[in-house]
Amino acid sequence: MAGAALAVTGASRAFGGVYAVRDVDLHVAPGELRAVIGPNGAGKSTLFALIGGQLAPDAGSVELDGVRIDRLAAHRRSRLGVAVVFQAARIFHGLTALENVMVGAHSATRAGFVAGALRLPAHHRAEREIQARALECLALTGLADWACRPAEDLPLGQQRALQLARALCGEPRLLLLDEPASGLRAGEREHLAELLASLRRSGLTMLLVEHDVAFVMRLADQITVLDLGRVIAAGPPAEVRANPEVIAAYLGASA
Amino acid sequence: MSDFLGYVLTGLGIGAGFALVGSGLVAIYRVTGVVNFAQGAFAVIAAMLTSSLLTAGLPHVLSESLAVVVAAVVGVLVGVVAIGKPGTDPGTSLIVTLGLGVFAYAVEIVLWGDQPRSFPGLSGVATIGGARIQAHYLLIIAVTVPVFAALALFFTRTDLGKALSACASNKYAARVVGIDVRRMGLLAFALGGALGGLAGVLTTPVQQVTFDSDVTLIVNGFAAAVLGGLTRPAVALAGGLLLGVTQTLIAGYGGGAYQLEVALLLMLTVMIVQAARTGPVREAAR
Repeated sequence: MAGAALAVTGASRAFGGVYAVRDVDLHVAPGELRAVIGPNGAGKSTLFALIGGQLAPDAGSVELDGVRIDRLAAHRRSRLGVAVVFQAARIFHGLTALENVMVGAHSATRAGFVAGALRLPAHHRAEREIQARALECLALTGLADWACRPAEDLPLGQQRALQLARALCGEPRLLLLDEPASGLRAGEREHLAELLASLRRSGLTMLLVEHDVAFVMRLADQITVLDLGRVIAAGPPAEVRANPEVIAAYLGASA
Repeated sequence: MSDFLGYVLTGLGIGAGFALVGSGLVAIYRVTGVVNFAQGAFAVIAAMLTSSLLTAGLPHVLSESLAVVVAAVVGVLVGVVAIGKPGTDPGTSLIVTLGLGVFAYAVEIVLWGDQPRSFPGLSGVATIGGARIQAHYLLIIAVTVPVFAALALFFTRTDLGKALSACASNKYAARVVGIDVRRMGLLAFALGGALGGLAGVLTTPVQQVTFDSDVTLIVNGFAAAVLGGLTRPAVALAGGLLLGVTQTLIAGYGGGAYQLEVALLLMLTVMIVQAARTGPVREAAR
């Protein structure tokens, strides 16, 4: 998986005159694991939505490998290689876990609905390849045993993992994760950390929005800290941890 | 006894028509969240068009098939107007379809006039278990059952069907895996148009069609579909058949004037029961 470069430049987004994100710059190198942290209401989720395509910025740009994507619909960004894992389990009920994962790959490869409808050999080959990869992704996320179960039968933690498997099956170049560790038990959290570390080694670019500072400190290459919609610090974990403004923002938020 | 069997078979034929209209509603509602009030118009347009094509000398089957294709195209047009603008909420789209349904009256009157029309279907009378019924009712059933089987296969076995199901389950997630939700919505409208059109061309030989037949069709179709919460085609089929048989029995043994009232009563009862049981929970889950 060759990761893409992500460049957010001067991005702003306001809701009813209040800036949720204001003039944010965020440059992520290919293959980097970047974490975005910040207290509640810092604008993390808005920034995430601006990159994923659920929101459009009022000003500024979002580029993937130099191509502007900030005006593209979410499904177009997905086809360019932007995969999203939401905090809430957004899975497809009525389909099995395996089908959930394969739906993503179908849209990405576009082997062609015509070929699919006519059951052409090309379609069969593509179908087999996608299924093999989907099973691989399920195994990677610890869901191998659940493949043929209806997705809604999975426990909540597994539904989150299913989203991750679905995202990976599309062979993304940029993986966006919204608080993937929240609500996970210690063991699941450890498994997730290992998986993210191995994805990083494979060269995938990842952007992780996270509440749990300890979780990202040991995983991320670089950390960007948001407060009140602005970037107040960016750099390697050790540097960010020592930054007095960051400490003040977190203490101020919790005091 | 043979009367009873006759009523049941006739009812199944009529009910199959309701089920087709209902399944069109379901196909559109599942994917887009829009209750399409123009659904009855698809049937009327297809039926009127078939009568014109037959008059012009085209053979059966070809005329009906063409009319169904046109109904599918009309479905797409309705879809473009109703959901084409990104971010239109389903409530707004519903009102748009209602407006289009009324607009269709004007178009139908201009093109075909305001008199009832019909065309011959499968002629002849069949005798089953001592009951004599028009053969055309059997044709309606014989077409409807495979159509529903094909629908089920389409939704569960094909990529396109699965993509439609994915949109139905979670639009947000469908978008992030690269599914063009609007295009899927238009496809659902095409499917809804074809199913509505099919209902129109199948039922017209046994019950005529006027420009405002859509009211009867949509009320009965909706009553059939609402049994399955507007999301389950198989239940819509069962609902349509049940409704058709009930109405024919009531007409046969008593007041033929109360058919539409039966549908309305059934619909209201189902909706009240369902609202009391699952309403708030389902809204929250969306």
